Amino acid sequence: MPELIAKSPLAGRPPVTRGALTLSETPMDAVTSLALFPGQSKAMARVLKPMGLSFPAPNRVSQSGDARLVWTGRDQAFLIGVGAPAIPAEVAAVTDQSDCWAGLSVEGPAAHDALMRWVPIDLRPKSFAVGSAIRAPLYHMQAIILRMTADRIDLMVFRSMARTAWHEIDVAMTTIEARAARQK
Amino acid sequence: MRLSCPLCGSRDRREFYYYGSDDYLNRPAPEAAPEAWDHYLHLRDNPAGVTKDLWYHELGCAQWLLVTRNTVTHEVLAAELVADRKGAVR
Amino acid sequence: MRVDGKGLIDRTKPVRFTFDGRAYGGYRGDTLASALLANDVTLMARSFKYHRPRGVLTAGSEEPNALVEIIGATNQTPNVRATVQEVFEGLAARSQNRWPSLKYDGMAINDLLSPFFSAGFYYKTFMWPRAFWEKLYEPLIRRAAGLGSLSGRHDEGLYEKAYAFCDLLVIGSGPAGLMAALTAARSGADVILAEEEARLGGRVLADDIMVGGKPGADWVAEVQAELAGLPNVRIMRRTTVVGVYDHGTYGALERVGLHQPARANLPRECFWRIVAKRAILASGALERGIAFPMNDRPGIMMAGALRTYLNIYGVAPGKRITLFANNDGARVTARALIAAGVPVAAIVDSRPDAPMEDGTLVHAGARVIDTKGRLALRQITVLKGAEQIEIETDALGVSGGWNPTLHLTCHMNGRPRWSDDLAAFVPQDGAVPGMIAAGAANGTFSTHGCLAAGHASAAMALSDMDMRPAVIAVPMAEDAPYRLSALWTVEGKGRAWLDLGNDVTTKDVGLSAQENFSSVEHMKRYTTQGMAPDQGKSSNVAALAVLANATGRSIPETGTTTYRPPYVPVSIAALGAGGRAMGFAPQRFLTSDQASRDRGAPMIEAGLWYRPSYFPKPGDATWRDSCDREVMMVRQTVGVADVSTLGKIDIQGADAARFLDFVYCNTFSTLPVGKVRYGLMLREDGFVLDDGTTARLGDTRYLMTTTTAAAGLVMRHLDFVHQAFCADWNVRIISVTEGWAQFAVAGPQARMLVNSFLEAPVYLPFMGVAPVRVGGVDGRLFRISFSGEEGYEIAVPTRYGEALFRDLVARAETMGGGPYGMEALNVLRIEKGFITHAEIHGRVTAFDIGMDKMISAKKDCIGKASAMRPGLVGPEREQLVGLKVGGETAMVAGAHLFAQGDAIKRETSQGCVTSVCWSPTLQMWLGMAFLKNGRARHGNKLRLVDHMRDVDLVVEVCDPVFHDPSGEKLRA
Repeated sequence: MPELIAKSPLAGRPPVTRGALTLSETPMDAVTSLALFPGQSKAMARVLKPMGLSFPAPNRVSQSGDARLVWTGRDQAFLIGVGAPAIPAEVAAVTDQSDCWAGLSVEGPAAHDALMRWVPIDLRPKSFAVGSAIRAPLYHMQAIILRMTADRIDLMVFRSMARTAWHEIDVAMTTIEARAARQK
Repeated sequence: MRLSCPLCGSRDRREFYYYGSDDYLNRPAPEAAPEAWDHYLHLRDNPAGVTKDLWYHELGCAQWLLVTRNTVTHEVLAAELVADRKGAVR
Repeated sequence: MRVDGKGLIDRTKPVRFTFDGRAYGGYRGDTLASALLANDVTLMARSFKYHRPRGVLTAGSEEPNALVEIIGATNQTPNVRATVQEVFEGLAARSQNRWPSLKYDGMAINDLLSPFFSAGFYYKTFMWPRAFWEKLYEPLIRRAAGLGSLSGRHDEGLYEKAYAFCDLLVIGSGPAGLMAALTAARSGADVILAEEEARLGGRVLADDIMVGGKPGADWVAEVQAELAGLPNVRIMRRTTVVGVYDHGTYGALERVGLHQPARANLPRECFWRIVAKRAILASGALERGIAFPMNDRPGIMMAGALRTYLNIYGVAPGKRITLFANNDGARVTARALIAAGVPVAAIVDSRPDAPMEDGTLVHAGARVIDTKGRLALRQITVLKGAEQIEIETDALGVSGGWNPTLHLTCHMNGRPRWSDDLAAFVPQDGAVPGMIAAGAANGTFSTHGCLAAGHASAAMALSDMDMRPAVIAVPMAEDAPYRLSALWTVEGKGRAWLDLGNDVTTKDVGLSAQENFSSVEHMKRYTTQGMAPDQGKSSNVAALAVLANATGRSIPETGTTTYRPPYVPVSIAALGAGGRAMGFAPQRFLTSDQASRDRGAPMIEAGLWYRPSYFPKPGDATWRDSCDREVMMVRQTVGVADVSTLGKIDIQGADAARFLDFVYCNTFSTLPVGKVRYGLMLREDGFVLDDGTTARLGDTRYLMTTTTAAAGLVMRHLDFVHQAFCADWNVRIISVTEGWAQFAVAGPQARMLVNSFLEAPVYLPFMGVAPVRVGGVDGRLFRISFSGEEGYEIAVPTRYGEALFRDLVARAETMGGGPYGMEALNVLRIEKGFITHAEIHGRVTAFDIGMDKMISAKKDCIGKASAMRPGLVGPEREQLVGLKVGGETAMVAGAHLFAQGDAIKRETSQGCVTSVCWSPTLQMWLGMAFLKNGRARHGNKLRLVDHMRDVDLVVEVCDPVFHDPSGEKLRA
């Protein structure tokens, strides 16, 4: 019988700090896609209510305890942090996405500065407030980007691209650190 | 160039994949005459002015958009989800 | 020469730099041009065509003359404007376009031959013989006429790109820009202030103007301090807005690290894409010259540049200065110079009614008609009435008036408007939606007018965005009227230059008109006027005036050429920042990546994925040895391959079956749960889009696989079909490609291997699928084969992929098997006649690959109506066939097929070869090809010809399934 050891997308790569910014891999233990079938939003609301969650509006996150319900598309959200509840088959397509994504986080007061090297979107706190979740490119990569706290931005990218995503963000952080030390 | 995705908001053109005219939404009946299929697949107007075309928010929400824009002024007049458009039901 | 007590350079920070190998001193805050002038170096360049000695003409990015090469550790950058490059400790600059040196340039012979080198010379001279153009003339001309040189090595410098957003983008920080930014900032708007120079202030600093009763530099410092302290303002210095694009998108180039010694991780430049709701163009104006005879000598520069060098850099570009103007600019300059103690010999004012000037000799109604001095200006000749006056001078400041810097207003097809009052083009209102031109950029030339316009335009932009503009008192400042009497050219004996960058003279423009290249766009191309790196910033309008005169039209009738982005040169490296080498695309790695590399497998790119090519073993001489061994391993024992790259799409819902029936040409609603079926997907125009297997996991749930290459394409297609034609159906689709690590286990011993690692053995019929448990993990087992042997694919959640791959390979090896790579995978599938995107390459129909019978007659599907139309079926189509050839003779993919006896030419080609391999199983070369009426031609002998690789041989057409045609092994 094989012994199957689980490995995270970046296999435990330690966080890296450049200036005031820290890049880390974040665990993606349970991610479930909930995609509503037409006309099932009320039924879904009934399923979510006991969990303290509501189906998120576009570009938003609904949170309750460890559970986050992250908007990811038209009538589609990812339940992250907890296992999927029982959902009647006619209400939503339920798909395990736990192994599809790599989680990264950039922490620091100007996390948006590093990410806006690659993400063509205004990620400053004023426009991308706590509780925001968007689908957007990280350079050439499709990503889910969310802000759960003021000084940290979380990203999800395709698992196989985790190393590239890490590299791009690290380069951005490194150049920002070098910029801070340049001649005025 | 920027497009306003009804779900994601104003986004840079680089997030979108361009397909072509909204004619692609008007699929003929299977038994339609070859001329109808020819028209559907291959014959296109090239308007100087208002046109409607299809864009895929590939690096965003993966929705197809029906965009109304002016090829002369470059104004984008409207963008709606193909899935939500009037008459979407086939 | 440095002037004591003047300038904004930091005299506490001296720096050493070199120009053409010689060391000089400057100060932090100097440009290369100002530091060279301070060292009395006025000869900085040789001209493009005639190799004439040239100095510096301007003090800004519009400089046409003083282009140099900057030599860095990792870069050699040609055509850098000495007026833009700041000096720093260790800066190494080199003059360009000269040999052997700037002082003695062999190519200056061109200047003596200049009568032959008039406009159109190349076109007329190098016409014949025609064949000489490409081989002889063009290389020669390019060598002679080049500008700077490249290192010939890769640019290893770091470049950056970034995005920014704001309510209001203010372009330029002169009086108008600063007032606009201040107004918007105090109103709470989100502001970006972009300034091309290292300092904010524009001509407030350059002209040392009093603003609000205090020295301009103090006023600028106060405003800057306030703006810098506000959280809603971002000041971007050394940043040139270079282009305007649709919907409020602006491109800007920031010189991040070019002003200081190279530093690890510090980018050289950053290309910004700024999205602004509104913009104010406060880019100022550019001074223009007067085309008088021999107006190109080092020491002749713009009058405004003289003031800039004096007031910002504390430099006097000469010891005895003269001025020549058609407006009041000359006397403003003279006053500043005299106040700083620099002698002014005379003012030459072309206006007959020019006022006198206290303490300075003014020649009213006079013109400069000649100059002398080989490497530097020595003397000018002035014509006043009938009198010729010779004046000894080493620097001449010229002002022919000012042109609003309106380039950005034309980037979206806007055309400027001619103003007779200013004798200049001014921006057309609303030329760029959301952008307002203000101040000098809009033809307002007094400082007070600019301050007021900055405030008013910001207020207008804010109101437009429904913001309440803060009320700010406009500070007092000079408000002198702009008095100018247009003067474009001065007649005389010598050549009078318009475009110094490309060596275009008034005579060239006249010749162009004479030869009927009288449209402005034709004149530009005939003479190359405005086509140098400076794009004619200081010469285009004068050239228009000359053309207008030569063709008897007015300037507005003559029109302008089109201003296009970028406003200043932009390095490609900045535009493509991050995209070099591996940055070009994301790299996708398999969970087995490290295990494969550990075994020495060379990795090859498959789309964005990296897959093992083959697994070498000691004794393998070439890749073919490894590949042949791996093929035989699969045919005889068992092999393991990572096939996780295949696209996997989860399709759920009550209408999932109906949806699959619609997107596949064959039927999936009849597929039983627990079974897998091969599916063929068509495009609506009847051509094959993709193929793959789809498993039915439950009543309302399917798992589709796509080819690796087409995974994204198929997802986009499915989304389109779903959203466009059946958004109301109960079906949802989502990619799970990344969620499953999937490994093929193939060979006669595959079943034994599979059962050795499952928690409970299963029997799967061919094309079956079942849930399994592996090492405590839920997985899926498919019985499918891409090799022709009994084959399985085991899928587990990706996090377990590496562990399972290592385990499977170890198990296979104990059975005499092992891993196999892409090369073996390809041979196995060719032997079995399975197609890939080498075959379904976009021009192939279901009929062509012999699968037209799969198109269900019972239902509609995408592509059905077209698939059977005339032209897409029938004997004239090229159909999939196999090719055989005896012995060791190698076939090549890409070769064309011809009937024996036919002439070998395009028209007689019968088809072409798509895939070939050496088959270790059958000990011969095999091929797959598309051949006209091919299915009826099995057994025919054809010629296979590839001129590129010198292959010409006879092959036999056969069925494309070479191995196990009855499929016994597959179904065992």
